[in-house]
Amino acid sequence: MTTVEKYFKTISDVPVEDYFAPGHRLCAGCGASIAIKLAMKAIKSPTIVVNATGCIEVATSMFPYVSWRVPWVHVAFENTAAVASGISEGLKILNKKRGKIMYDVIAIGGDGGTFDIGLQALSGALERGHKMLYICYDNEAYMNTGVQRSGATPIGAVTTTSPAGEIIPGKRERKKDLIGIVAAHRIPYAATASISHPLDFINKVRKALEINGPTFIHVITPCTLGWRYPPSLTVKIARLAVETRYFPVFEVEDGRVKINIRVSRPKPLEEFLQVQGRFRHLLDDRNRDVLEALKKQVEENWNKLVKLEELGVYI
Amino acid sequence: MSKLEYVRKMALMGDEAVAYAVKQADVDVIAAYPITPQTIIVERLSKYVADGELNASFIQAESEHSALSICIGSALAGARTFTSTASQGLALMHEVLYIASSMRAPIVMAIANRALNSPLNIHCDHSDIMGARDTGWIHLFANNVQQAYDLTLMAFKISEDPDLLIPVSVNLDGFILTHSIEPLEVLLDEEVHQFIPHEPYPHEIDFGNPLAYGVMALPDTYMEFKRQFQEAMLKVPEVFHKTTREFYTISGRTYKSLTSYFTEDAEAVVIALGSTVETLKYVARKFREKNIKVGVLGLTMYRPFPEKEIVKVLENVRCIAVLDRAYSYGGVGGPLYTDILASLYKNGMKPIVADFVYGLGGRDFKLTDSEEIFRKMMKAIECNGFERDIYWWGVKE
Ligand SMILES: Cc1ncc(C[n+]2csc(CCOP(=O)(O)OP(=O)(O)O)c2C)c(N)n1
Ligand code: SF4
Ligand SMILES: [Mg+2]
Repeated sequence: MTTVEKYFKTISDVPVEDYFAPGHRLCAGCGASIAIKLAMKAIKSPTIVVNATGCIEVATSMFPYVSWRVPWVHVAFENTAAVASGISEGLKILNKKRGKIMYDVIAIGGDGGTFDIGLQALSGALERGHKMLYICYDNEAYMNTGVQRSGATPIGAVTTTSPAGEIIPGKRERKKDLIGIVAAHRIPYAATASISHPLDFINKVRKALEINGPTFIHVITPCTLGWRYPPSLTVKIARLAVETRYFPVFEVEDGRVKINIRVSRPKPLEEFLQVQGRFRHLLDDRNRDVLEALKKQVEENWNKLVKLEELGVYI
Repeated sequence: MSKLEYVRKMALMGDEAVAYAVKQADVDVIAAYPITPQTIIVERLSKYVADGELNASFIQAESEHSALSICIGSALAGARTFTSTASQGLALMHEVLYIASSMRAPIVMAIANRALNSPLNIHCDHSDIMGARDTGWIHLFANNVQQAYDLTLMAFKISEDPDLLIPVSVNLDGFILTHSIEPLEVLLDEEVHQFIPHEPYPHEIDFGNPLAYGVMALPDTYMEFKRQFQEAMLKVPEVFHKTTREFYTISGRTYKSLTSYFTEDAEAVVIALGSTVETLKYVARKFREKNIKVGVLGLTMYRPFPEKEIVKVLENVRCIAVLDRAYSYGGVGGPLYTDILASLYKNGMKPIVADFVYGLGGRDFKLTDSEEIFRKMMKAIECNGFERDIYWWGVKE
């Protein structure tokens, strides 16, 4: 493994202090809550969090209780990258003009708020180059509104708006290559991570925060409700996503790809699929073609990364 | 002319006057997206920043939705914040308009009032701002370029008042004001700095004492948030008057929530918003010369609606014509008309009233139009009523 382990070498290097407080109303076994808890361990100086509408936002800010021990802002669903831009620029100019202290700005959005409705605002912010870290926690559907399909939902997955019916076997389209889109902006740092590999993720968050420019982390966060599995399996499923090459863990630094978790002998994809209700129908013979299509996409994605890394070209 | 007089007098387009005021306000963040007829405002501002005349962060967003979202972020960070838009841009901002006001983000926005698609039309009407009427912003209307400049300066003071922290829109008629060069008197930079010094945002971001902005509220608490906001709105007139009084001491120019012209003894009063008020005033003077008792009422402040002041002016008026440069399709009439009708009814007044829907998509409103409306009003007094309740003025039927 070539995980980024620069700032925190072992788990005992990670601060005990939690800026993401317990007592929130996220589901037991929520993968996204693990991601946010870990990310907040990596902050290095005064930080402000900007949160898009979605599970994390709704379940951590129910008046009069909040789970945030840092300043926290929620404005709407699709504009989190824009709000973060405004805070970042506002603080910067105030620092320059009137000596106010600087903050690190972390924007947090779900896959729906990032892949789909917030993609324009994200692209604008990345292109303008503000200093901020955007973390997309990806549970592969609109969970807060009751598990509807998003651009992050993979082919074959069942959601409430891509059900497996008599003639249509779940979502028909492929998952959007978000990190590819992000990297195409040529920002200094973009990375993927999984909650099953906390040190890798925490180090990436810290690394991103050290960079003076826009940075992006895409973290896979299984959802017990939408993926339909018992809450105790969250971390295990996240690990299977990595070990089956379903979710490759890599970085794109200044346009160059580096695979952080090299999966030389991938587990069969079925191991990842069979524990989740959303994929169970794919193991039915009737849907063999969809399963094959998903396998092919997983393989293509992996091979592309290996090639890009080998070539050492800028993407 | 002494040097001082020289720097006080300028000839500027409405857009340029707004940009000049924003520069003098030493704004910290400008986030906007171009749209005719607002573009000159942001072009001038970006030049001021590029030339080092204004120390600000100029951000051209990738949409108006993002522009206003950026503004919320920068305002909460404590930065003095400005944006500007028109028409489709304001419509695209719609969602964020409510959030800006209910998060109590002090922002000033100039709106170069323009018609809405479809058909596409870049010329003046008030459909854009009327769609944003109930978003919880303070809406001010300029009648001329001088007012566009003055109101922009005052807007910062009103918006940033710690009792309010409510965003303010300054409306100026597209092309009619945005692109017309008029002479105006400007303040000196030092005077502006004294009038609107930079004060810290009262709920500043503080890592040591973290606050959550924009939380979620359930039915048991949501209504109280909204009521608190309405209570803040009720404080606006007092802050507005305090601000205009202070502005008078440095500029010698008087502002009230209403512009009343020959209304004291008027039998017939025309009510309007924006540049049309100037046209009406000119024609009213001519009628007065012939001893015809007409008057003009312009609203400088449209939201909060100056109901008390308006009914006071209209107390003894027999006939009222409301000029609406927008319409509520399928509704009772134009937006200003329904506001006036409601105010009259609440105060037990029953004058003759008609709505004149005019100038949509930039259709010219000439002196002769104004004359004809005044004559119609005199006739309505004689006949004890108009022939219609709603006129589509100047439409080809
Ligand atoms: C403009 C707008 N459209 C729709 C919604 C409804 N909505 C709120 S949260 C949400 C889903 C969020 O999905 P995602 O970003 O993936 O986050 P998750 O709920 O999965 O954590 C939707 C559709 C909204 N709040 N605003
Ligand atoms: S629905 Fe899914 S993402 Fe939302 S709180 Fe529950 S487990 Fe977490
Ligand atoms: Mg989601």
